[in-house]
Amino acid sequence: MTSQVTGIAASDGIAQAKAYLLIEPDLTVEKTQITDTDNEKARLTKAIDESKQQLSKIRDIAAESLGEEEAQVFDAHAMVLSDPDLIDQTHAVVDNEQVNAEFAFKQVTDTFIAMFEGMEDNAYMQERAADIRDVRKRVLALLLDVTLPSPATIEEEVIIIAEDLTPSDTAQLNKKYVKAFVTNIGGRTSHSAIMARSLEIPAIVGTKNITELVSAGDELIVDGIEGDVFINPTDETVAAYDKKAKDFAQLKAEWDRLKDEPSVTRDGKHVELAANIGTPKDLEGVNNNGGEAIGLYRTEFLYMDSSELPSEDDQYEAYKQVLEGMGDRPVVVRTMDIGGDKELPYLELPKEMNPFLGYRAIRVSLDQDGIFRTQLRALLRASVHGTLRIMFPMIATLPEFRDAKAILEEEKAKLIEEGIAVSEQIEVGIMIEIPAAAVLADQFAKEVDFFSIGTNDLIQYTMAADRMNEQVSYLYQPYNPSILRLIQGVIDAAHKEGKWAGMCGEMAGDQIAVPLLVGLGLDEFSMSATSILKTRSLLKTLDTNKMKELASKALTECTTSEEVVALVNQYVDSQ
Amino acid sequence: MEKRDYHVTAETGIHARPATLLVQAASKYNSDITLEYKGKSVNLKSIMGVMSLGVGKGADVTISAEGADEKEAIEGIDQTIKNEGMAE
Repeated sequence: MTSQVTGIAASDGIAQAKAYLLIEPDLTVEKTQITDTDNEKARLTKAIDESKQQLSKIRDIAAESLGEEEAQVFDAHAMVLSDPDLIDQTHAVVDNEQVNAEFAFKQVTDTFIAMFEGMEDNAYMQERAADIRDVRKRVLALLLDVTLPSPATIEEEVIIIAEDLTPSDTAQLNKKYVKAFVTNIGGRTSHSAIMARSLEIPAIVGTKNITELVSAGDELIVDGIEGDVFINPTDETVAAYDKKAKDFAQLKAEWDRLKDEPSVTRDGKHVELAANIGTPKDLEGVNNNGGEAIGLYRTEFLYMDSSELPSEDDQYEAYKQVLEGMGDRPVVVRTMDIGGDKELPYLELPKEMNPFLGYRAIRVSLDQDGIFRTQLRALLRASVHGTLRIMFPMIATLPEFRDAKAILEEEKAKLIEEGIAVSEQIEVGIMIEIPAAAVLADQFAKEVDFFSIGTNDLIQYTMAADRMNEQVSYLYQPYNPSILRLIQGVIDAAHKEGKWAGMCGEMAGDQIAVPLLVGLGLDEFSMSATSILKTRSLLKTLDTNKMKELASKALTECTTSEEVVALVNQYVDSQ
Repeated sequence: MEKRDYHVTAETGIHARPATLLVQAASKYNSDITLEYKGKSVNLKSIMGVMSLGVGKGADVTISAEGADEKEAIEGIDQTIKNEGMAE
């Protein structure tokens, strides 16, 4: 049956392929008393043998698509499956308690998991516990006769359908065959959306129930421009979207021609179009899309992708790689923004009622300054390899900034004393994402070197609306005059002190917001690398004076977000 | 029964790669092979058993093999240990 679903358009493009459901099956185990223990042991042996075969296949495919290093995790899994202790103990439980194989296997693996998780020393043991959990899923799925999704073995073009995608899900995806994502939950700033944009594939998030509407193998069309999904489309729809896909490809080709052009408005005013990145691997996308700077290097991934705190040397290597890769183009590195919803298994942070209003980012850095100092030392050492700018996240008060900067200066002095070279030209700025800092921007501007407005958080804090909560998602209003006034205040405050103001939230690459931001005088726009060329193309059509007029009208005459959007469309169309 | 004593010199002790290599080496033989540390003895063919001992650098351990191919087993495992510089 043909049907259509609409969600939040999270990454541009049109894709057509079969649905692949990445949904975890129910692996709940019931305890049943049995008499034929030999039969249970035989079932276990069969499930383990089949699991080994699956793993060896996954390993081969993963080695090819993801690389040998990523594939080695499956060797570790295979070894767990061959473990004689694991098998002997499971057999013993089956025999002694006269219970079914799945129950015995679950019980024995639970003991091993608890033992490894309980071992003091290290993150390494935690990973082994995770390996056992992973392997167990495979064996239990076979024993319970349910299908376990196996994204690493995808061998044809597919569209991934999931509740949500976690970083570990996407790490296992064979990107060659994944044509698009569609998820139940999430917004434009969730991991799956960011991932899709960096892979340059279309994505739709927040459809609420796509996993219930689509069956494995259904034909799908995904329109990431509008946010529409068509399930088993008619021939007419297919034809219409073939054309739309071609038109989009043509538009993209036009944008590609702007790769080496400067970012200037129609009347020749230059602004900086920068990219947001998470890891050194993202540099390729920055260069392919003509990024003039990195406006936000999110260093959390260094912490999140690791099983222990990243060492100073590991961090230094990553920062150096990014700085060298950018040459003389500047790189704004945001110091770690962990806590809140970004948990680290090895760093015990308290569970909080309101994580977004809690212990996160600079608040953690200033409190546990050992971790912060390690990061700053790595950054300072790397500073000689390029143009480094350091940015502190979640600053609410001036004393927070002063304390963070004092720690930076201390570490700098120590390094110099140790005879290690440090750049003298490091700009130090703050992210403006808390309304308190936006309101007091004139005072901050006297002490910082720059501002970068983080709109995702600034909007949620100003509107008091959790951006992950779909019931209040209507309050995520980047064009609301209240938000625009805060932004104006920040930009004006920076300029008054001869400093620059940038923006590193989603809004910086938004086609409605860009004309307003040009009018407000924003100096740097940092966005997903894949939005840069589209924005450069838009910029060429905008006249600075007209946009100033637009911004001033929006700020003085408009009362709602809708009025602002209508006004922008009117101005852009009339040009 | 064949027995040999070792003093662990690998930085990581018998964890991660060394543990994997030892288990792989031991699994090639039919004999029962055990690793003994601080009075606790585990099956050297069990990765989870080996890791549960938490053998660190500087530890003194004993490896024993009992069975038809016990001599070859002890020699083969010794080779792996020496080649990888795990212990002496």
